[in-house]
Amino acid sequence: MQDAVARHVRDGDVVVIEGFTHLISFAAGHEIIRQRRRDLTLCRLTPDLIYDQMIAAGCAKKLVFSWAGNPGVGSLHAFRRAVEAGTLEIEEYSHFGMVARFSAGAARLPFWTLRDYAGTDLPRANPRIKSVTCPYTGEELATVPALNPDVTIVHAQRADAQGNAQIWGLLGVQKEAAFASERVIVVVEELVDERVIRSDPNRTVIPAAIVSAVVVEPWGAHPSYAQGYYDRDNDFYVGWEAISKDRGELAHYLDEFVYGVQGRAEYMAKQPRLMERIKAGEQRCAGVNYGY
Amino acid sequence: MAAVAARELVDGEVVFVGIGLPNLACNLARRTHAPNLVLIYESGAVGATPSRLPVSIGDPALVTGSLMVCGMADVFQLFLQNGRIEVGFLGGAQVDRHGNINTTVIGPYKKPKVRLPGSGGAAEIAIHAQRILIVSKLSPRGFPERVDFVTSPGQRVAKVITDKGVLERDTASGDLVLAGLYPGVEIAEVRAGVGWPLQSRPRLARLDPPTPEELQLLREVLDPQRLYLTS
Repeated sequence: MQDAVARHVRDGDVVVIEGFTHLISFAAGHEIIRQRRRDLTLCRLTPDLIYDQMIAAGCAKKLVFSWAGNPGVGSLHAFRRAVEAGTLEIEEYSHFGMVARFSAGAARLPFWTLRDYAGTDLPRANPRIKSVTCPYTGEELATVPALNPDVTIVHAQRADAQGNAQIWGLLGVQKEAAFASERVIVVVEELVDERVIRSDPNRTVIPAAIVSAVVVEPWGAHPSYAQGYYDRDNDFYVGWEAISKDRGELAHYLDEFVYGVQGRAEYMAKQPRLMERIKAGEQRCAGVNYGY
Repeated sequence: MAAVAARELVDGEVVFVGIGLPNLACNLARRTHAPNLVLIYESGAVGATPSRLPVSIGDPALVTGSLMVCGMADVFQLFLQNGRIEVGFLGGAQVDRHGNINTTVIGPYKKPKVRLPGSGGAAEIAIHAQRILIVSKLSPRGFPERVDFVTSPGQRVAKVITDKGVLERDTASGDLVLAGLYPGVEIAEVRAGVGWPLQSRPRLARLDPPTPEELQLLREVLDPQRLYLTS
């Protein structure tokens, strides 16, 4: 992780760590904080706790997002403080708008059209939301500009050494974000043999051809989750409310769990009962015949 | 509120579900009068049958045993924009007399008094779902005459289910009007909870309290830890 972040994440970059509730690479976010990257433009549909931590740590110059809350809990207080104090630049869309931005980026088009935003104040708040007249029907459609990040970081359940990455469960917008990006870091729970990938190719979401680095980091998505590996640590999400509300508590958290450890293995070792608490149960799928 | 919201759902409908009370309402409906309700969560789970109360919109229990899991581009383009969603649930910090919802900022956008989470999928849900249901507790701060910021336009709002009664959108005036009351609630109590002169339907519906079966399902099966139920 240290090498991948050192090589591929640079000061001033447009950085995406995607994953909708599921498979959020906290391990990568923590490493970016440890390496004290600055002036990043952080983009994500849901900034979640990881961007709240990165904002608090001073990594972010700007945030591009569509829903900035603590999912199922309440607020992201470092984010709120920064916006209310005017110290963080923001560019705001809706989820569909962000998805459309990644779709345009992935297809290498300059913008994407969507039927959205009529009657809302979002285009007034964000002048990058524009419109176009359809040349076939004359209908006015909303447009959003392509988003092409410098680097996208995706956590996946498994990949082979080349970076062919397989994801199951919620897929979010990882495929589009990865294809839109100049560089892609894939972080996995498990490194598997290429034969495992080839035995079930429909499950591959990101192909090795677009991957710059593969990092093996078990438990790297905690406190978010990895379907089939571990559950969301909801207690941590609930606990973040009190931690992020108080600058001192937040600084103390970063000192202990981010700056105070070398990496994810040490982070997990500090919490000896965590694995047992969140380890996933068994629910196998039926399997299919790929023969011909 | 959860029981009243559940009764708004018709068996077989395709519903875009939110977390909290809407989720309770949908799962209550599915276990009572609407077993064929199709629950779609914006995270991409289609036909979800969560075996535990989802604590977030992307809970892994929404995936296990669902009919389909798709990426979010498909959720918004193939389901929502395609017109496949019949009912959408929304909530917000502010709902105004036209049913517009604000989940973005209290105060001016550039200098907000309170920065709220923002749209998420709420803007496009309000635009594309055929019928919008809002579930929200009544209070003058929460129901101003005009919202500070329109995150989701109110045109498709059918009903607002509150803790005192139910408001409907009057098609002629575009205003929310009082349509039904819980037993023992006076019209004046509802009027006191909104920031505009609230009109009433000539005949107000009497909203039945939850049945013993609904209460048992809500309290013992769907939300035993009382994460979203207050009583």
